[in-house]
Amino acid sequence: MSTTNPTAAPSASPAGARDGARPLSAPQAAWVIAEREITTKLRSKAFLISTGIVLLFVLGGVLFSGFAAQSGGFGSPTQVAVVGDAGEQLEAAGFEVTDASDRAAAEELVLDGTVEAAVVPGGDTPIGLTILALDSAPTDVMQALSASPTVEFLAAGDANPFLAYIVAIAFGLVFMMSAITFGTTIAQSVVEEKQTRIVEILLATISARTLLAGKILGNSILALGQVVAIAALASIGMLATGQDLLLGELGTALIWFGILFAFAFVLLAGLYSALAALVSRQEDIGSVTSPVMMLVMLPYFAVILFYDNPVVLTVMSYVPFSAPVGMPMRLYLGEAQWWEPFASLGILLVTIAIVLWVGARIYSNSILRIGSRVKLAEALRG
Amino acid sequence: MIDIAGVSRSFGGRRVLDDVGFRVASGRMTGFVGANGAGKTTTMRIILGVLSADTGTVTLDGHPLTAADRARFGYMPEERGLYPKMKVLEQLVYLARLHGLSADAAKASATGLIERLGLGERANDPLESLSLGNQQRAQIAAALVHQPVALVLDEPFSGLDPMAVEVVLGVLRDYAAQGAPVLFSSHQLDIVERLCDDVVVIGGGRILASGSREGLRAEHAGNTYEIELTGPSADAGWVREQPGVQVTQLDGGFARFDADSEAAAQAVLAQAVGHGVGSLGTGADGAGSLAAGSLVRRFAPVTPSLSQIFKEVMQ
Repeated sequence: MSTTNPTAAPSASPAGARDGARPLSAPQAAWVIAEREITTKLRSKAFLISTGIVLLFVLGGVLFSGFAAQSGGFGSPTQVAVVGDAGEQLEAAGFEVTDASDRAAAEELVLDGTVEAAVVPGGDTPIGLTILALDSAPTDVMQALSASPTVEFLAAGDANPFLAYIVAIAFGLVFMMSAITFGTTIAQSVVEEKQTRIVEILLATISARTLLAGKILGNSILALGQVVAIAALASIGMLATGQDLLLGELGTALIWFGILFAFAFVLLAGLYSALAALVSRQEDIGSVTSPVMMLVMLPYFAVILFYDNPVVLTVMSYVPFSAPVGMPMRLYLGEAQWWEPFASLGILLVTIAIVLWVGARIYSNSILRIGSRVKLAEALRG
Repeated sequence: MIDIAGVSRSFGGRRVLDDVGFRVASGRMTGFVGANGAGKTTTMRIILGVLSADTGTVTLDGHPLTAADRARFGYMPEERGLYPKMKVLEQLVYLARLHGLSADAAKASATGLIERLGLGERANDPLESLSLGNQQRAQIAAALVHQPVALVLDEPFSGLDPMAVEVVLGVLRDYAAQGAPVLFSSHQLDIVERLCDDVVVIGGGRILASGSREGLRAEHAGNTYEIELTGPSADAGWVREQPGVQVTQLDGGFARFDADSEAAAQAVLAQAVGHGVGSLGTGADGAGSLAAGSLVRRFAPVTPSLSQIFKEVMQ
C-alpha cells in the first residue's frame, strides 16, 4: 500500500519530485510563512513608495538641521563690524569681528551685507554703544553686550532642550509610524487569509501557532528593517552634515531604540493579529484593532508632552509599549543608568511571553470562525 | 487506508456528528454524499485535523493520524480560497513548500500540474484575474501540488465546466490508480455514481449507508426483477400466471415484476429457461422449435440508482 511507503507513493504530476516531500519542522514552516509575508510586502508598490517618502523626509530633516546649525544658532559665528574697542568682548563671546575705521564705513559694511551688525560708540545707554543693523534687532549681539546676571545651573543636563524636543518627536514618530504601518499589515494579512478561506488549507498543513509565529516573524523583520534603515540614513545624514557631536550623543540611544522597538513590535504584532483574527472582513479591522492603536499612539503623545518630565519618562521607559520611546529618550538625556535598558528589556520579554500565549489562544480559537465577529471571551475560552 | 471510527462532535451543545465511522480504502475513490448540513464538511475537517473530534479516532493504515501524515494529505476545503493577489504559480510553489517540498521540487511540481490542468498560460497572472472556472482549477492544483499520499476533497466538481470535470476526474483517477485513498464529497449524485468505487451516505450526523457502490445497490435492490426473453416470437405474457408475482410492466419479451419472495423470482427464471428448453426438445426440427420457443437473454434484480438509494436511506 502506497501510504505505508512514501517513496512509492503515487505521483499524478508528470514532474514527480515526491521524494523531496518531508514535513517541515515548526520553525522551518514559520520561516516559509515569514518569507512570503516579506516578499509580498516588498513587492507592494504602495509600500515601497511610502517607505521612500518616509526616508526622504528623514534625510531632509537631518540635512535641514545640519544646515541650520551651520548657518547660525549653534554653528558658525555671526559677523560683526566694530568701531572702537568693543571688539575683544565680542570676540570672546564667539562673534567674528571686522574692524571698521568709522561709523560710515561700518554702515557701509552692514548695508552691503558683509556683516550682520555693526557696533559703534555712542548712544544713550550706560554702556555707550550703538548697534547698527538692517531691519531687525540682532538679539545675540545685544545679549553679548548687555550686562546680565550670571546664571548657574545646579543640575545641568548635557542636552540642548530644543534638540531634546526634536529627538523626542523623532523617536515617538518613528515608533508610531512603523508600528502602525506593520501592525496594520499583519492585521490585514490575518484577515485576508480568513476572508479568502485559504487559512483552512494552511491549517490542514501547519498549526495555527506556527502560522501566527511566521506572520509575526515576517512583519517584525520588516518593521525592524524599516527602523534600521531610518536610523542608518539619519546617522549618515548627521555625519555628512558635520553633526558628529549629535550622533555621538545619540548613539547608545539609537541602538537601544532599535532593540526595544524590535521586541515591542513583536508584542504589538501579537496583539494586532489576535484581534484581527476575531473578524472576517477587512472593513472590520479598524474597529477591532482600535485598542492597540491607542497603545501605539499614547507613547508618541506622551513623549511630546512630557519630554522634559523625568518622572513620566521613567515610567514610560519601563512600560512595555512605550519603552522603545521612553528609554532611548532617557539615555539621550543621560538620565538612565547602564542597567536600566536591560531591566526594561526584561520586562518587555516577560510581557511578550504572556501576550503571545494569550494571543495565540485567541488566534487559534477564532481563525476558523468565519462570519460575524467572534467575542473576545469566547475566543479566550475556546 | 483511512479509517474513521466512532467520531462525534458537538458545537455548542448541538451534536453535528454522531458516532461516524467509515473507511476510505487505498486505491479506491470513495464518494461522500449527504444533504446540506449533514456533517460532510465537519467530518472532512476532522480528518484533516482542522477541527478536533470530541470522541473517536482517525487512523491511517492502523496508526493514529499525526500532523506529519496530514501534511502529506491533499485537502480541498468546501470554502474555496487562495491568495487573490498572488500569482498562480507562486502560490502553488508556496503551498508545496509549506507541505515540505524543496523549492526546486515545488516549482517542478507546480509547473507540471498547471500544465496538466490547462492553466499554463495563466501561470504568472494573479489569481483574482482568472475566471471562476480557472480559479477552481487552481484550487484543485493547490490540493495536489505537494503530491499527496491521500486526497480529501470537499465538493471538487462544483463550479467546473464539463471539460474541467473530465480533466479533474482524470487526475483523481490517476491518484487512486496509484494506490492513494481518495475521498470526495459531492451533491452531484450522477458523478458519484459514475466514478466512485465506494459510497458513504451521511445524514443528520450519522452514517446511513456505506460500502462499495455495487454492494450498496444490491443491498437496496429490493424485490423487483426484470426478465428479457429473446426469440422470433418471444412473449413474456406467461409471467403474469406465475404464483407470487405481480407484473408491473410487460412489453413483448420484456417483463418487470415484483416477487413476493426470492423463491417466486427463481421460479419465474426456471420457468423461462424451461420454456426455451421445452420448445427445443419437443420441436420436430431445430429451426422450428427455435421459432416457437424463446431464450433468456437477461434476468436480474433491478438495481436502484444512487439517487434512489439516497432518497431511501434519507427517509
